[in-house]
Amino acid sequence: MKKLKHSILLFLIMMIFWILFTSTDIQELIIGVITSLIIVSMMNKLQPVLGDVKLNPKSIIYSIIYIFVFLKELIKSNVDVALRVINPKLPINPGIVKVKTKLKSPLGRAILANSITLTPGTLTVEMKEEYFYIHWIDVTSENIEGATKSIVSNFEKYLEVIFG
Amino acid sequence: MELTGAIITLIGSLFLFLGALGIFRMPDVYNRMQAGTKATTLGTILFLFGISIGHLECGCFGKISILILFVIFTNPVSSNALARASHYVGIKLTDKTVKDDLKKDNIENKGEKI
Repeated sequence: MKKLKHSILLFLIMMIFWILFTSTDIQELIIGVITSLIIVSMMNKLQPVLGDVKLNPKSIIYSIIYIFVFLKELIKSNVDVALRVINPKLPINPGIVKVKTKLKSPLGRAILANSITLTPGTLTVEMKEEYFYIHWIDVTSENIEGATKSIVSNFEKYLEVIFG
Repeated sequence: MELTGAIITLIGSLFLFLGALGIFRMPDVYNRMQAGTKATTLGTILFLFGISIGHLECGCFGKISILILFVIFTNPVSSNALARASHYVGIKLTDKTVKDDLKKDNIENKGEKI
């Protein structure tokens, strides 16, 4: 079941990429379908990471919201870092803190770690089981709970619905 | 349309410049990586997006979307690998650092490597 879902999603993603690369011409589409099917059947032995994605209306809406939350945080983080860089005093207060995640799926954790890296003043350094070690440019709370609340929970509530 | 694209491209290059300045000014490797990752990600995204809407007639919007996705997915991974490797070989954090949980935890469970 999980494997089937993984194969279908992989096929759809590859088809979308193929259409973006080429055009919607019928000959191109046929070649794309054949190639994607061959690749999917070759990738069959790998771990079905995409099988963790839940496909119901709620999770699809949440994924769309997540993209916008992510873009907002990305812009905020860039402005934040840019302001720190051009400030003559260089106001940084860095440290490596430990946070805990509730996500179980490997793909969900990977996306969470990537999102953390691209958001205000945080950079994922290491990942051990359910703990992330995060380099934080401006440490505001030193215990696990406080750091988790201000770094992770914003994304986690969406990713929890999408990946479970 | 061309003007909008040009302005977006300009903003993107401004972010890229600030990223470069950040790499120059920050005190240690981890803070440099912060500036290097974030500013270049948004800078590159805006730069490519500006080009794609400034030259709509070339029909390269789809290809540029793929490039943007590629940057979003690979940039944090590479910076994570670099940061992890620098911590693993023991590059020191700057004197301003207030806390290092990873080092503490590694000392607590000695023997067990990262």
